[in-house]
Amino acid sequence: MLIKKPSDILPSEITPERIYRRRREFMRDSAALLAGGAMLPALALAQQGDALKAAAPSGLTRTPPAAWWQDKFEDIRPAPSEEPLYTAEALTPYQDVTRYNNFYEFGMDKSDPSNRSSAFRTDPWSIEISGEVAKPGNYHLEDILKPHALEERVYRLRCVEAWSMVIPWIGFPLADLIKQFEPTSRARYVEFETIIQSDTMPGVRSPFAIVDWPYREGLRMDEAMNELAFLAVGLYGSFLPAQNGAPIRLVVPWKYGFKSIKSIVRMNFRETQPNTTWNDLQANEYGFYANVNPEVHHPRWRQDMERRLPQTLFSRRVIPTRLFNGYGEQVAHLYRDMDLARYY
Amino acid sequence: MAQNPARTGWLKPAVFSTALLPLAWLIWRIAANDLGPDPVQELAISTGEWTLRFLLITLTLTPLRQLSGQVAFVRVRRMVGLFTLFYAAAHFVVWLSLLLGFRWYAIGEELLERPYISIGFLALLILIALGVTSPRAMVRRMGKNWKRLHRLIYLAAILAIVHLTWILRTDLSEAVLYGSILALLLGYRLWRRFGRFRKL
Repeated sequence: MLIKKPSDILPSEITPERIYRRRREFMRDSAALLAGGAMLPALALAQQGDALKAAAPSGLTRTPPAAWWQDKFEDIRPAPSEEPLYTAEALTPYQDVTRYNNFYEFGMDKSDPSNRSSAFRTDPWSIEISGEVAKPGNYHLEDILKPHALEERVYRLRCVEAWSMVIPWIGFPLADLIKQFEPTSRARYVEFETIIQSDTMPGVRSPFAIVDWPYREGLRMDEAMNELAFLAVGLYGSFLPAQNGAPIRLVVPWKYGFKSIKSIVRMNFRETQPNTTWNDLQANEYGFYANVNPEVHHPRWRQDMERRLPQTLFSRRVIPTRLFNGYGEQVAHLYRDMDLARYY
Repeated sequence: MAQNPARTGWLKPAVFSTALLPLAWLIWRIAANDLGPDPVQELAISTGEWTLRFLLITLTLTPLRQLSGQVAFVRVRRMVGLFTLFYAAAHFVVWLSLLLGFRWYAIGEELLERPYISIGFLALLILIALGVTSPRAMVRRMGKNWKRLHRLIYLAAILAIVHLTWILRTDLSEAVLYGSILALLLGYRLWRRFGRFRKL
């Protein structure tokens, strides 16, 4: 009779491969840094034992929306050191990324989302998956995130209002999530919806709002499956604040910021192009594609230049805007035969 | 009707310094670097808002004088009107220098291609015309035409509201607020001109 001898080591005690690999990378990188010597800011980061490119200032880190979030954020793969998943451009400081926002459900001023969103609830959170998929349903966010390891990406964000930021996001590729629900061959577009939480969202309650809430956005399936399309659950190594689209938001860096829909509660896979909020409001100003393009005339703002934030009156950085926000190598092929002036 | 000199003596300096408060506040915020990460946009919005507020205050003074009988209100009307022009000019300079960086080719395009900017510019031109003709000597020289010209302030106010409405994107609350005040002020004048006469 074969008697199985219990192992001395419980499976739960084994360090996952990801973590010990990260430890090795960290040791290697630290050694390289020590050898290199001069890179003081990077060294300071390495000494904290934090291999992420950026961390929120210690006094400003967010509390997790629920306990399971803490575990999820224990192990984040740092951004690589080269484009396109990283840019060496100066980061927009945490305070500015979290205090200068467009999230009209909370109000129209840039400071409204940070000032008026403290009551916003992000737990429990579920996302409804519907339409042309094999596995539709209402999924709890914890279950949705379970199979996905988090990673850091440093992207440029270009707003259609002609300002831009550089933000270190935490999240995972949108494509990975989409595969999870097994879209059918009829799924040609994916439509997203933001939550309506009227009691915590003053902009939704306003009698003079001209938006037909909820906020809606959409991508063509091949855009959604592109390696750059990202779902963010954090920034600066910490949990996403409400004003930045907690608990989960889209980040599509080659498109104007309004495509990167916040606080997602619904993803619908469909055969036809979905209606999108800004396009419904003002079709001549906001197209479905909304690719960053300095050549395409916009009725409201000049798109040839952008104000890189933060600025002060005495140091104003105005830089030329690049086609596809500088991500052309990764995405230009998606629009190869399209007239970008017509499909703006 | 003789005015108490002591009363008019402090009136104008008081109004003058009060009207400078928004400017002082802006300068303070610039010095304290308190305009946020996008200070240019903040300055543009702030100067624009104060222009509209001063424009509406200017239009309130005549009704206040008529309703209260206090001449003091119209004594400061020209000054408040000139402050409207002052904040409008600041708004324009912020747009020209900070937002467009004196790129002259861009300025022409902006004025022609963006209707909300054309409308704002037209309102500014009206305010300039009113400002230039505001000295007492001009009032005397122009006679009846002065009043005709200065009625354009109503048009400037309407244009300013249109300019604001065009900028708002998801919520019209602000335009509704300022627009209602203007409607009230214009409605009062229409009522005074036409409504009352019919009763007589």
